[in-house]
Amino acid sequence: MLDIDIADLKRISEFIFQKYHYDFRNYAMSSFKRRVLRIMELKKLSVDGLLKKLNETPSFINEFLDELTVNVTEMFRDPSFWRIMREEIMPAIMLNHKQFKIWHAGCSSGEEVLSMCIMLKEMGVLQDVTLIATDLDVNILERAKAATYPIKNMELNEKNYIRFQGTKSFKDYYHEENGMAVFNKDLLMNVSFRRHDLVMGDIFNKFDLILCRNVMIYFNQTLQNEVLKKFHESLFKYGYLAIGSKESLIWCDYANRFIVVNNEEKIYKKIKD
Amino acid sequence: MKKISLNNSYKAVVIGGSAGSFQGVVKILAQLPKGFPLPIIMCLHRLKHVRNGFVEALSIKSVVQVTEPHDKENIKKGSVYLAPANYHMSVELGHTFALSTEEMVNNSRPAIDITLGSCAFVYKEKLVGILLSGANKDGALGMKHIHDRNGLTIVQEPSECMIDTMPKAALAATEIDYVMKVDQIVEFLKELDKQYR
Repeated sequence: MLDIDIADLKRISEFIFQKYHYDFRNYAMSSFKRRVLRIMELKKLSVDGLLKKLNETPSFINEFLDELTVNVTEMFRDPSFWRIMREEIMPAIMLNHKQFKIWHAGCSSGEEVLSMCIMLKEMGVLQDVTLIATDLDVNILERAKAATYPIKNMELNEKNYIRFQGTKSFKDYYHEENGMAVFNKDLLMNVSFRRHDLVMGDIFNKFDLILCRNVMIYFNQTLQNEVLKKFHESLFKYGYLAIGSKESLIWCDYANRFIVVNNEEKIYKKIKD
Repeated sequence: MKKISLNNSYKAVVIGGSAGSFQGVVKILAQLPKGFPLPIIMCLHRLKHVRNGFVEALSIKSVVQVTEPHDKENIKKGSVYLAPANYHMSVELGHTFALSTEEMVNNSRPAIDITLGSCAFVYKEKLVGILLSGANKDGALGMKHIHDRNGLTIVQEPSECMIDTMPKAALAATEIDYVMKVDQIVEFLKELDKQYR
């Protein structure tokens, strides 16, 4: 059975940092190990083989990142979260702002951004919102921009949408083409997709709402702490941060600059600069 | 049944289960000795979109309140944990939980193989792994990991299982130390508890 020890994992993350300036050194060990093992199995490589390939084939790094990062997601994941967004968070933001900005940090293949756009459209405010969706992985950003997903994923997405209690028929938002669901491109009219590295990247804008759900679970506590500081700086005062339903901020240094708005859905509000 | 001399070096008990395991888990938790000294880490197959209700149902008769841990939460002695809906649950070397939304494994998220495998890696020979009734082979590889790292392995007696695919898959995949009915598993845990008194 293929296995890898921690010393080898450290060799790999150190090498990638030195050569490509992606920093996985503070990734959570259990999932990082599974991801690296997965790549080794997929590519039939040993640890040394993997390092050799990373060293000799620079183009391999994009493929490596694409496999390493977790790109499994669904539309309207946690429908109760989306109901709170629609019924409480958006109205609260709109009370003070006619126009506002949302950042999807670690947007992966774009299902969450698309869900947000559908919700905003149904609320009649899509034209007033600027959305920025970022990910480390350039390949996955292309898939997000295409807004085209296997039709077999639609069953779950539609179930989530119904639980979210959307006002339309979910099928109104896409058409089928060669076994794929192609979403209406107008939905993404105000979205700009950008490559951005949460770990190494700088602050680039200020937002009213940041969604970063089930991304920081792949980081260790040190890194979570650093990333939370970046989110804090990237939020306007009284802006909102949403993380995954089983994530928590309580162990982060900056946690006391936020209040919990909804504990079940893990929605926080920045109250202190 | 072979006799393993129990001792007080065990650090955790991990339980996997799927279809037909609910009653067994309820029974185990209801008869757990008060002040049981080890964490009990459970990965049970469950509906992906139903976040609430399962811990509550398990807790009704349980001696200890069952909780679904947050990512990075410390694993405490005597606590009973359940993998949350739609997340894989691992343990890390620092004895904290790590959740993930990776691909389904054996058509499952949470997958038993992931929880068992990571527990085997962290606790090595200081782990007791228990696999109950279920309708697929998830958990078999995890039990092999536990055995390969010298942990103690128990599966539910297949004839007692509502669906015996899961314990049978584990029996085929690796050497299992004990094949037990739920009542015997309860007795085993009481015996284990005595080692710490």
